Amino acid sequence: MPEGEATPAPKGRRRPDREESPEESGVWYPRWFWPSFASPGIVWLLVLFVLPFYVILAIAFGTVDLFRNPLPVWQPWWWTKSYLLDVLTKIFGAQAFLRPTYYRTLVYVIIASAICLLIGYAVAYYVARHAGKRKTLILILLISPFWISYLMRMLAWVNLLESDGYVNRTLQFLHLIPANHPIAWLEGKPVTVILGLVYGYIPYMILPLYGFLDRIQSSLLEAGRDLGASPASTFWRVTLPLSKPAIYAGLVIVSLPMFGDYYTNNLLSGSPKTTMIGNLIDDSVGSYGQGPQGAVLVIILMILLLVPMLYYMRSTLRAQELK
Amino acid sequence: MSDAAATTPAVTLVGARTGGFRGWRRDPWRKPRVLAAVTWLYLAWSILPITIAIALSFNAGRSNTQLQTLGLRWWFNDSDGGALFQDPDLRRAILQTYLLSFVTMLVSVPFGVAFAIGIDRWRGRLANTANFLMLLTFVMPEIIIGVALLEVVRYVLSSVGVHLGTVAQILGLVTYQISYPVIIVRARLLSIGKEYEEAGMDLGATPTGSVRRVLLPMLYPAIFASFAIVFADTVDDFVTVRYLSGPASSQPLSIFVYVSTRSSPTPAVNAAATLMLITTTLVITLGWAAYKRLARGQEADVAAFGQL
Repeated sequence: MPEGEATPAPKGRRRPDREESPEESGVWYPRWFWPSFASPGIVWLLVLFVLPFYVILAIAFGTVDLFRNPLPVWQPWWWTKSYLLDVLTKIFGAQAFLRPTYYRTLVYVIIASAICLLIGYAVAYYVARHAGKRKTLILILLISPFWISYLMRMLAWVNLLESDGYVNRTLQFLHLIPANHPIAWLEGKPVTVILGLVYGYIPYMILPLYGFLDRIQSSLLEAGRDLGASPASTFWRVTLPLSKPAIYAGLVIVSLPMFGDYYTNNLLSGSPKTTMIGNLIDDSVGSYGQGPQGAVLVIILMILLLVPMLYYMRSTLRAQELK
Repeated sequence: MSDAAATTPAVTLVGARTGGFRGWRRDPWRKPRVLAAVTWLYLAWSILPITIAIALSFNAGRSNTQLQTLGLRWWFNDSDGGALFQDPDLRRAILQTYLLSFVTMLVSVPFGVAFAIGIDRWRGRLANTANFLMLLTFVMPEIIIGVALLEVVRYVLSSVGVHLGTVAQILGLVTYQISYPVIIVRARLLSIGKEYEEAGMDLGATPTGSVRRVLLPMLYPAIFASFAIVFADTVDDFVTVRYLSGPASSQPLSIFVYVSTRSSPTPAVNAAATLMLITTTLVITLGWAAYKRLARGQEADVAAFGQL
């Protein structure tokens, strides 16, 4: 896209209610022409995306009625910080009983994203470089989880991990655990939750990595080899540095939804021992008198995720421009 | 990679028989057994649980952890009336799933396509801001959007007659889904460029006529892909839908699966999830076929379908 398209036409040359696009043939569009296409979507976003966040602010900095239902305060000059301070005390203060949840979420997300990256990179690398004739089949298998509901994929693991499920029965069959003491995988085991997160989000890591590795030209790798690098150092000094942007993007893509995830934990553990930030929000929204706290928690989560969200948006925009 | 495959036989002659690291040094393009093992193990790990879950929906017994004899009891004729197509609540849930997906698709795709065209051709600060907002709905964790929509319906939209329930669910779903058609169509628009519609206008079309009769047909592949992706994704949605659901009658299959998975699972839950899977697979296959057909001569990228 040439840069020039961004600049509006010089004013002097404008015909009544028409505008000439610069550097182009004599094609005339009315000034309102393109904006009118975008305007329904813009109105939609204003009413159902921007306004909702204003409501969240009005609740978080608002007050409650006699029955402890939130009473949004629409005028910013009457906003109160009491709920914000209340939540911040619960995170940072002396009785910081929300703090472990934040730490736990961070630890789970880091471990799960790291596992996603390790397995995902190996798979993506193999498919991009070595899959050969089976490539289409593997790609279809890699894409299929996208169209299998997240719920079903968790349900599948609930089926397997129940006390009389196939995982316990296999372990018992192999005499790895005693026959009458199945492991309670679904009763608050961090391992299970992390497994669920990895299982749920790893496809989102593999495909962008694959797309990127597939585009690295093998001539670059051959050049590395010709210049005397061993295959290992070709990988460490050519392939890996080249794929850094894809790695960052993949990490952001999988970790963003993990930070907002409450369902994996609810379905695979349901125990307070594995509560994550998403559960805090979901529980606050669902329970009586917790409205303002829920709104504050949403705002805190948005602030925490601001940098990764911006990074992801930037790389999406870049990918669009490059196409 | 075709060139990797092509080099393999040639190099094999030199002496790839040597195993271990030395063999790898001599021939880095020989078959990487470890990577292959990791990949196939991963694929098995990713597909096998789903296969078992599907099989369990055909259990004739009550268990949804062990396969017993096979049968369609939990699909059609459970003695207690708990089968998927038998239980009136589940039947209503099925209809609700299709209703929500269909309407969401019909609303969000036209809005998204028009938005994408407008933003792509209308450059400027306002357009950039709008595009920024649109991408924000795409990257934001769904729980944030879901809670914000719930509160806006409760405290603002209820005063204009929109209450929690089907209408609110559709408004929410469209908000969450609208970015898909925008991103898909914009990717296509960037590769089309402005020449075609300008040629149309040089040949005497009005601006509107040129968009409708020149640009829009070129966007059909992207539009059909968007239809399929939005429909399939809405079938699977349960976060936004759950926050915005009102009475029990507004709960689609996904919520039934979510609620029953841990509380009282019978193979009917597996049947419900399998029905959702069949639906999305069918829709995506149809969308893919339409995409391929319409995009003949234009490059079709398998991965583009999964990237979102």
